[in-house]
Amino acid sequence: MTAVLLAGLQKRFGDGDHAVHALDGIDLELATGEFVSLIGPSGCGKSTLLRVVADLEQPTSGSVLVGGKTPHQARLDQDYGIAFQQAGLLEWRNVVENVELPLHVHGVDKAERRARAAELLELVGLEEFAGSRPSELSGGMQQRVAIARALAPSPRLLLMDEPFGALDEMTRERMQAELLRIARETEAAVLFVTHSIPEAVVLSDRVVVMSPRPGRITEIVKGERPGADADVDDVRESSAFFTAITTVREALRKGHP
Amino acid sequence: MTRAVPGAPGVDAGPRRGPRGFGNVWPPVAFGAGLLVLWELVVRLARVPAFLLPTPSAIAEQVVAQFTVILSTAAVTGGNAIVGLVAGFVAGVALALLAAGSRIFGELATPVVLAASAVPIVALAPVFTTMFGSATEIPRRLVVTVVVTVPVFVATARGLRQVQPVHAELMTALAATPWQHARFVRLPGAVPYIMTGLRLAAPASVIASIVAEYFGGLQNGLGSRITAAAASTAYARAWAFVAASIALGLLFHLAGLLVERLVTRGRTA
Repeated sequence: MTAVLLAGLQKRFGDGDHAVHALDGIDLELATGEFVSLIGPSGCGKSTLLRVVADLEQPTSGSVLVGGKTPHQARLDQDYGIAFQQAGLLEWRNVVENVELPLHVHGVDKAERRARAAELLELVGLEEFAGSRPSELSGGMQQRVAIARALAPSPRLLLMDEPFGALDEMTRERMQAELLRIARETEAAVLFVTHSIPEAVVLSDRVVVMSPRPGRITEIVKGERPGADADVDDVRESSAFFTAITTVREALRKGHP
Repeated sequence: MTRAVPGAPGVDAGPRRGPRGFGNVWPPVAFGAGLLVLWELVVRLARVPAFLLPTPSAIAEQVVAQFTVILSTAAVTGGNAIVGLVAGFVAGVALALLAAGSRIFGELATPVVLAASAVPIVALAPVFTTMFGSATEIPRRLVVTVVVTVPVFVATARGLRQVQPVHAELMTALAATPWQHARFVRLPGAVPYIMTGLRLAAPASVIASIVAEYFGGLQNGLGSRITAAAASTAYARAWAFVAASIALGLLFHLAGLLVERLVTRGRTA
């Protein structure tokens, strides 16, 4: 069973001479529980690729399967959770109400969604902020609420579009460690879009390097995702980590002559 | 006319505002009191005839003498304003929701409602009086309703359009129906705008209620007392009812402000 299967995926915006060829010939498979990062220069179509999987964009051609279903069916069935660069919390709901929003939309009764939200707030370490307003939280805390919200329907797949892009470096590293733990505990597959090479390397099983216009996969590099008993900070200081960073950087340069 | 009262809180354009202290209340109050003293002195020293401008003390005397009448007439005018305000608020929000929910209805209704804002709506008062008879409050309440509907519609429609792209994407990703999108995101997001519409409409409802009385119908409100007193050369009495009208308008303005603050409290500035 694969989490995501992309074959011969193409995406063009517009027609004729003005068409923008966003994605071309993308073949990619995400195994269950696998963490895959998409990295590449701006305009390489990595966000578009994630949005096609999320059924927020329609592919021009090629096939997309999310957990064996069409993206549309997967979206209707809430098989994936999604987090964007902006946390996008609803400011008129408090933290726990934001976390339970997906369950609320899908008609889960109140007691059940409260229990699930409490569980998730504990997972992201924000249980004492359940009653707070989003505006009272820091950027990193808001993003953790957004991740908890994405996890609310217990999805087998987490789609993340530069979720840490707006955070400072220290917060970012802490959030990466948090995300690794959450991915391990939930055993969800993660498709993660980022601009940061170290971030991609430290989080991922595989780093997919893309080239711009048309967006193609130039190389797939093995990442240094730490196992259950390994420390993220040890990984960040290991030579394998630096080697992987160099490999990704060279792959990026190859696609960008 | 309520805007001219010194010390009245200003009307801001935006829906979201931070809390404001009351430390800046006293200078305008002192300024207003000074103006009253100046008025009294100018009228007395220059021997301005009473039909041109009575003194504030003469007006105050009339306010005391007519106090029970002022209360009962203010209750009628204020009651009409409240009924019209509530009806117009409900109509404005409902129309804006329909216009946002159905493109056809929106394209048909929006120009009509906006055109209504260009019509001097109190001019409809005599027509309504003919339609419903002069022994009922309905014509004045209808005028207030129409006057209130427009700003509430405009503010609500604007609020419903202010959806952050990330919220729209989120609702799509959550496979929310259009109704759920409205209920979870668009309507709550529009609340500060709706409240701004209500705050702007509240004093306007009093103005409409008073002016509508100038065009005939029942003679039991503040507006009809102003015309009656002026017609019988009781100028200070006319001014006493004008003062009561100002107070009523101010009361509605403050009530609107209070409701807005209470409902939108806790939102980010």
